[in-house]
Order: sequence, then C-alpha cells, then structure tokens
Amino acid sequence: MSEKDVLILAIESSCDETAAAVVKNGREVLSNIISSQIELHKLYGGVVPEIASRKHIEKINQVIEEALIEAGVTLEDMDAIGVTYGPGLVGALLVGVAEAKAISYAAGKPLVGVHHIEGHISANFIENKELEPPFPCLIVSGGHTHLVLVEDYGKYKILGRTRDDAAGEAFDKVARAIGLGYPGGPKIDKLSKEGNPEAINFPKAHVADAPYDFSFSGLKSAVLNYLNGCKMRGEEICQADVAASFQKAVVDVLVEHAMMAVKEYGYDKLALAGGVASNSGLRSAMKEACEKNHIKLYYPSPILCTDNAAMIGAAAYYEYKNGTRSGLDLNAVPNLKLGER
Amino acid sequence: MKILGIDSSGLVASVAVTEDDNLLAEYTVNYKKTHSQTLLPMLDEIVKMTELQLDTIDAIAVAAGPGSFTGLRIGSATAKGLGLALKKPLIPVPTVDALAYNLWGTENVVCPLMDARRNQVYTGIYEFENGGLKVIEKQMAVGIDEIAQKLNDLGRKVVFLGDGVPVYKQFLKEAMDVPFDFAPAHMNRQRAGAVASLGHFYALAGNIQSAKEHQPDYLRLSQAERERAEKKK
Repeated sequence: MSEKDVLILAIESSCDETAAAVVKNGREVLSNIISSQIELHKLYGGVVPEIASRKHIEKINQVIEEALIEAGVTLEDMDAIGVTYGPGLVGALLVGVAEAKAISYAAGKPLVGVHHIEGHISANFIENKELEPPFPCLIVSGGHTHLVLVEDYGKYKILGRTRDDAAGEAFDKVARAIGLGYPGGPKIDKLSKEGNPEAINFPKAHVADAPYDFSFSGLKSAVLNYLNGCKMRGEEICQADVAASFQKAVVDVLVEHAMMAVKEYGYDKLALAGGVASNSGLRSAMKEACEKNHIKLYYPSPILCTDNAAMIGAAAYYEYKNGTRSGLDLNAVPNLKLGER
Repeated sequence: MKILGIDSSGLVASVAVTEDDNLLAEYTVNYKKTHSQTLLPMLDEIVKMTELQLDTIDAIAVAAGPGSFTGLRIGSATAKGLGLALKKPLIPVPTVDALAYNLWGTENVVCPLMDARRNQVYTGIYEFENGGLKVIEKQMAVGIDEIAQKLNDLGRKVVFLGDGVPVYKQFLKEAMDVPFDFAPAHMNRQRAGAVASLGHFYALAGNIQSAKEHQPDYLRLSQAERERAEKKK
C-alpha cells in the first residue's frame, strides 16, 4: 500500500505574483515562495500587464531556487513540473510556461499544465486532509467569480459564473471611487467594520434564467451613482457606510447562491477559494449560513487564498495521477475555460 | 566551447548549437506562429537530430533585446529554465549586435533595422575590424530619420538588414546620400547561429551571467511607466 511519494515543483505567474512551490502528494506543502509585485502596481492603481511580465522574468529563477532550497530537495528529486497555463494575463503566463517547459525538458521531468482556478479550488486540499470530492466550491477573486461542483479530482461542473465584473474587480473599482486605492478588497473589508451595512440599500443583481450566475457591474454603477448623487446634493459621503453596504450587497449574493447550490445538489459541505475568500465579511456571513444549514465550510488560510504555487502543485498532483501530461508546445491560454484542455 | 543559441526577439524563431568554429545545427523559422509553441520543439528536433546531450552544453547564448517584449521573454525564460536545470551560465547577446554579425567580414558599415513601431527602429551601426565586430554606435531605439542622418554623416557605404527594411525601404531610398545595399534572404533576419557564434566571443571576454540574474534589455520602458514619467514632468 506504500506508494512512492510524488513531489511536484509548481510555478505560477498568471497575474502579479511570481510564485513557486514544492508539494508532496498533493497535500503537503514543503515550500511556498511568493514574490508579490503589489507595491509596484499600486503606483498605477491596478495591475499593469507589461510591468507584471517584466517583474516575472526578473524574479522567476530566484523564486524557483528558493522553493527547492526551502523544501530541502533538488530538481532531480521531482516527479513532475506543474505550471499555470491559463487563465490570466497572456504575457505574464508565458513567462511561467516557457520557464516550466525548459526546466521540464532539460531535467527530463513530465510537465503538467494546470488551470489557475483548479489551483484555487485545490488550495482547500492542503489544509483539510479529509476534504475529498464531490463538493461545491465558490471561487471569488480579482479575476474570477465561479460557483462550481467539484465532481471528482480534475472534474468540474460550472453552475454559475459572473456575467461581467469579477467580485474582486468590483471591490477594486469601488475602492478607487471612494478614494481607498489599490488593492481594494482588503481596504474595503477593513473599512466595512466601521460602517453600517444597512445604511445604503444597493441592488443585488440576479441574472434571469441563470440562477447561479453573478453580475456585479450593476452594483458597481449603483455605488458610483450614489457617490455622484451625494456630490451633486453637496452631501458628505460616509466612506465606511458605502464600503460596508457595498460589501454586504456582494456577500449576500455570494452566500445566497452558494446555499442554493448546496441545497439543490444535496451536499453537506462547501468550499471557498480565491483571494476574496480571505474577506472577513464573506467568511463570517458564509460561516453563519453554513452553521444554520448544518453544512461544513472549508476555506484556505489567506496565504493560500492569494495567488500562490502551492495550490498549483496540489492541482498538478491530481492531474499527474490522472495521467495528464503537457507537451513542449504547451502555450499560455489567457481565457482558458475550467475543465477544458 | 559548446554553445546553445536562442533568438525569439522578432518574428523569427531560431535555435542553434555551435562548438567553437563549427555550427552543429541551426533551426530557423520565419513564420507567424507563436514562439511559445515553436521554440522548444525546435530545440528538441536539433537534440534528436544531432544526438546532443544537453548537459554537454557549456553556455546558453540568448538574444537579450531589444525586440518584441513578449518574444524576448519567451526566449529569456526558456534560456533561464534551461540554465537553471542544466546549471549553466547565460551569455546575453544584444539582439542588434547579433543581427549585424550575420554580415561578418564586409568592408561596409552594417546597419540592422528592427521595426520598433511608434515610428522608431531598434538599430545600431557596426563594422568589422581584424576579424571581429566593432560597434560604432551601440544599439538604440531611434527614429529612422535620425539613424539615416548618422549614416550620411559617416560618409561610408551601408548595408541594411532586418525586419525594418521592408517598412522603411522607400524612405531610405530617398533619405540616403551615401551608397547603400540590402542584405539577401539568407542573412537578413535573426539567426541563432550568429547569436551563438558572437556569444562565444562575448563569453571569452567575460560577458556571462547566471540564469538567475538574466533579464532582457528592452531598451524601452513599458507604456505605463512612460506615461507616468511624462505626467510627472
């Protein structure tokens, strides 16, 4: 029964974090190195793709070498190389993909291309050894908002997704509008604690005929209209109330859809993933709803919610076990769909 | 010394292996297919065809810019990944130097022109002296009129090459006061053979770096940085 351990070197460069990790058997993180560029992008109020790509190429070898050293392993010990090949910023993805392919080729190790969202979902396996599919998962980040049924490892059924802005994107835009700056998520979350979430009644958009889909651009516009209205009437704006009311509007919809999925498909567990899964408002509202409905809630630690390579290593492990192998012609796919290859 | 050369700075994708003054293999494709999909399969073809043991390579020479930002990074990331796994150093070869090296031995002045968009070219001015490449004007991003002026001032015959030639041929015909010519098909685009072979000399001169420290020299800021700098003025 004692199968040989499987070690994976994973690389992630889909947006503004250059990351590498070594993961054992998909669930044990031996190292998780992240070089964040966030301070650089703050100057521009958001991620600048060309700057992100330049930073990736500057840092990538250092990050990989640190990951190997911290894990106390060498490249020769690896069983496979995992890499995010989509979705994300194409120029940024290409750095990781070209690097991973070259390493895989020169070291004679199999290459496993990983879907970024599959990585976020798999982040839950790392700290919750007992969690196994099937379960529903809500993935919310700056680039994605998906409600997914994880039917098996590497097998997904997408129940709903955003029709326009990702939830995290709406946080960034609203944060900018009320003068909080980038990145908006953590700033709004913090300020929300001082505000009244019932102060302003922002709309909670539902998409006709697609009960699980999300739409956040209407909410964003409603916030902007509210701010303009206040300005025109010369009323003072309470930033904290706007932040709290906006956050509640987003969180309510996310919780509502997740609960609907759990009930309709008859699950007693639910997982959260993605950068916005660190949002304290979302966590506490989801916890409350889950407790009320006797559902076990899983979510990764903040360090595994943000973009990282450990989650890519976890996903790569299950793809590797399933026999997935990528070729030397693996390309970056900026709009890669979950479950497609 | 065995050197792997890589150039993906422009439309051309090219991989070559040289051993001292011997070109073992070169694979050059000038076709609109993404370098991300072609570069490593091309290297693999060379490896198989020449029964090359990758770990016998002493260094990896890479066209290190200027060029297409994304193209440069695909070449650099490939070189960095190979360097990391093989534990070999990199030789960063300025793209325009390597282009000029295609015309080794000419008595004329050599002026590579790479289309840099925004009415600019990546270019430089070179000549050959005592069997080596001599840089008269280091690679730069300038307007085509500016480089034409510099060449006219030099007063010597020029050979042009590079993907900027088709773009500016008509302009040059009108702007040049000195005699000039255009290099033929087999030597007028990026070739990894030239990158590796010039890289050999640069390596001997001590111009090597670790795979970790290497990054492309874009010769240009990103658009966002440029706009930010202009606003600050």
